[in-house]
Amino acid sequence: MTATERAAGTVANYVDERTGAAKWLKKTVTKVFPDHWSFMLGEVALYSFIILLLSGTFLTFWFDPSLKEVEYEGKYGPLSGLKMSAAYASALHISFDIRGGLLMRQIHHWAALLFMVAIVVHLLRVFFTGAFRKPREFNWLIGIGLLTLGIVEGLLGYSLPDDLLSGTGMRITETMIQSIPVAGSYLAYFIFGGPFPGEIFISRIYTMHILLLPGIFLALITVHLMLVWYQKHTQYPGPGRTEKNVVGYPLMPVYMAKAGGFFFIVFGFTAFLGAVASINPIWLYGPYTPGQISAGSQPDWYMGFIDGLVRMAPPLETHAFGHTIPWNILIPGLIIPGIMFTGMALYPFIESWMTGDKREHHLLDRPRNMPNRTAVGVMSLTFVIITVLNGGNDIIATHFGLTINQIMWASRIGVIIMPPLAFVITKRICLSLQRADRELVLHGKETGRLVMLPHGEFIEIHEELTPEKKWTLTQHEQLAPLAIATEDKSGVRNPKGIRAKLQERVSKASQEQIEKPTSNDILELGDGHH
Amino acid sequence: MSSENHGKDIAPLSDPGLPAHQHRRTDTDPKAAKKAERQIGILFTISALGALLFIYSYTFMAENLFIFMPIMGSTNAKQLFLGLGMAISLFFIGMGAVQWAKTLMPDHEVIAHRHEFRSDESDREDFVKTVKEGAAAAGLGRRSIIKRTLGLALGLAGISPLLLLRDLGPLPKEDFAKTSWKAGTRLVTDPGNRPIKPSDLEVGGVAQVLPELPNGVVRQLSDVGKDAVLLIRIRPEEFQLDAERLSWTHEGIIAFSKICSHMGCAVALFEQQTKHLLCPCHQSTFDVTRAAKVIFGPAARPLPQLALALDAEGYLIAKQPFNEPVGPSYWERDSA
Repeated sequence: MTATERAAGTVANYVDERTGAAKWLKKTVTKVFPDHWSFMLGEVALYSFIILLLSGTFLTFWFDPSLKEVEYEGKYGPLSGLKMSAAYASALHISFDIRGGLLMRQIHHWAALLFMVAIVVHLLRVFFTGAFRKPREFNWLIGIGLLTLGIVEGLLGYSLPDDLLSGTGMRITETMIQSIPVAGSYLAYFIFGGPFPGEIFISRIYTMHILLLPGIFLALITVHLMLVWYQKHTQYPGPGRTEKNVVGYPLMPVYMAKAGGFFFIVFGFTAFLGAVASINPIWLYGPYTPGQISAGSQPDWYMGFIDGLVRMAPPLETHAFGHTIPWNILIPGLIIPGIMFTGMALYPFIESWMTGDKREHHLLDRPRNMPNRTAVGVMSLTFVIITVLNGGNDIIATHFGLTINQIMWASRIGVIIMPPLAFVITKRICLSLQRADRELVLHGKETGRLVMLPHGEFIEIHEELTPEKKWTLTQHEQLAPLAIATEDKSGVRNPKGIRAKLQERVSKASQEQIEKPTSNDILELGDGHH
Repeated sequence: MSSENHGKDIAPLSDPGLPAHQHRRTDTDPKAAKKAERQIGILFTISALGALLFIYSYTFMAENLFIFMPIMGSTNAKQLFLGLGMAISLFFIGMGAVQWAKTLMPDHEVIAHRHEFRSDESDREDFVKTVKEGAAAAGLGRRSIIKRTLGLALGLAGISPLLLLRDLGPLPKEDFAKTSWKAGTRLVTDPGNRPIKPSDLEVGGVAQVLPELPNGVVRQLSDVGKDAVLLIRIRPEEFQLDAERLSWTHEGIIAFSKICSHMGCAVALFEQQTKHLLCPCHQSTFDVTRAAKVIFGPAARPLPQLALALDAEGYLIAKQPFNEPVGPSYWERDSA
């Protein structure tokens, strides 16, 4: 036994005698994780969160969350002597006077953008592969919560420097709150401590941004990961992979090295972006004042869909009985996002109702095998992409020589017509892919090799798939649509008559499938097949 | 369609099971393994060099050294090499670790088993029994006085701290409807705080103005957020206004609230050719010649117009306060 081993043994013994950790750890270090590139999307989100905590803590050492007016005396010449808030002055101080301060600010901002990208792409992966199904509905809900909080946290974060751009964003946020019927003006006054901008909101959003929300994040992420751990990871279908097992690599050492290494890769990547790609150059915007603005005002990308919706909203307002209801703000700013997020949160339950499937699932779906779900996903994505694009309509207009008018009308019409179109097209594509899979299994892969038979006929050689490949293409189950009796044998009507009928209809539409090949089909083809 | 195979005997293909494990070159060839080890060593060394670059840039590099980089243009060298040093030191630790895992660590796939999460029927029954027994022992069901008073106490204890949030802000009262503009208030430039004569503004010119404040009063940003006014001068014959609104202008000078009636941004872009005002936030467009009528975008109301006049010394003043609340809509707003 070497000296190191002895020392490690002593420590381990000390800890184990007090906690009994060895029992649990011996199982833990050999825990199996399935391997797939798409499983690292959630990891990217987790790692960018850690990067955010580290870089954010660094920034708090100098940031002064105060709206007290000061005169700028730092190193950045063009703003010298200008009156500004202490928050803005300290953000400039971090950028110009602290070595590595600007780098950390840029890493923090890039990591925030990456965090949101990773969350969204991870969510799409989970959605399209059906990983949200029983027993993982809790984790789906937590994920939606994290996405929502991430948007708020990002908005608060980029508002802290109190520059002209972010102040404008806060003004828009205040207007959204103010537009809420009945309570709006009171809520706005309570949140901002009086008329906007007032003198207190920066310190309030600072507390939210660095304490309250990160605390909730930590709690939710912990539960999210514990559930992943406890419920074991889902896996993609393939030979040897079933609903009853997990096939993959043990945590120690392979997964630890891969996941730990990947953290450094993500951190290195954000540091690279922070080094070479300027982001949010607040010194160019100047301090916030409500009477000024810069052209091309844009929120960060994850707020883009709300901004795009607001921009395309028709100018509707109701004036009645001495009150005003600004629909042009309420609908795009609160009602549609509300529907979007509620719909997302409820989707696992809606799907389970549509399919009548209440069983546990650990094998992921290939998106083509669930045409309806995939089509719903692409439809929603189309909606969001159009709104995000319209959120940058001024930038698109100047870059592509279009008028705002053209883009606005294209978005207004597109946002209504394109999503249903995307649904239909996606569903057809999925069914075609199913048909192609069936062909592949039954007739093999086209090799491109042509052979002339003795009697002159040309045929193409088809190469039979391996049993593994055949299994991967046919392992999924094809549920039959629900058949719910509207009345029982003695003619008593089902009390849930209309609901049952609706469910039956929806189920029939959602379970449209191309029949997958069976052994019988292959036998029927016999030896004569080409 | 799947409905057709209802009742049909389906014989699915069978699972061929996990494919046989394939050895990597590094598993069988000691030379390849040695090579992989060297590669990993190189990756970790690159990382160490990155850390040295970081330390060097932080300690020795001049603050104001600018170098030319392709695409990026002129770049602060210290900032750039600090970041690159950090990026390299972190990134290559990761690359080394992943390469290590991929080439030298065991790549045998392992199978673990899953178990249904649902507890056994007997466990569930036991649990329900325990809870019921516990509740019965506490007598929650029988002792209604305790139940009710406890409910009351918990409820009040939970709700009353909400009261503490009351002082987060004052009540809005009539604030949203009021600005600092009064009859006779002088217009002053922002920045500069100088009163303005009509001759200061040429045709096609624009100026941001604020109400003149009594001596000693400090201007708050929240006031600017309601008081900011845009002064525009066009040729008087270009106005298409009714008699009252025309009387609010002066020699082609017209004044609008600069705070967008949509979401409160500063409506700052004036296009001289078309006489349009554009809000850069959501592209609401207002026609100056027609009392800032909305001609495009999501804004539902024109920008409020400020009535102008001249005082005895020839400076521009407000003839009267705004006749409607400025800025975005809110529930209590009472005018179309």
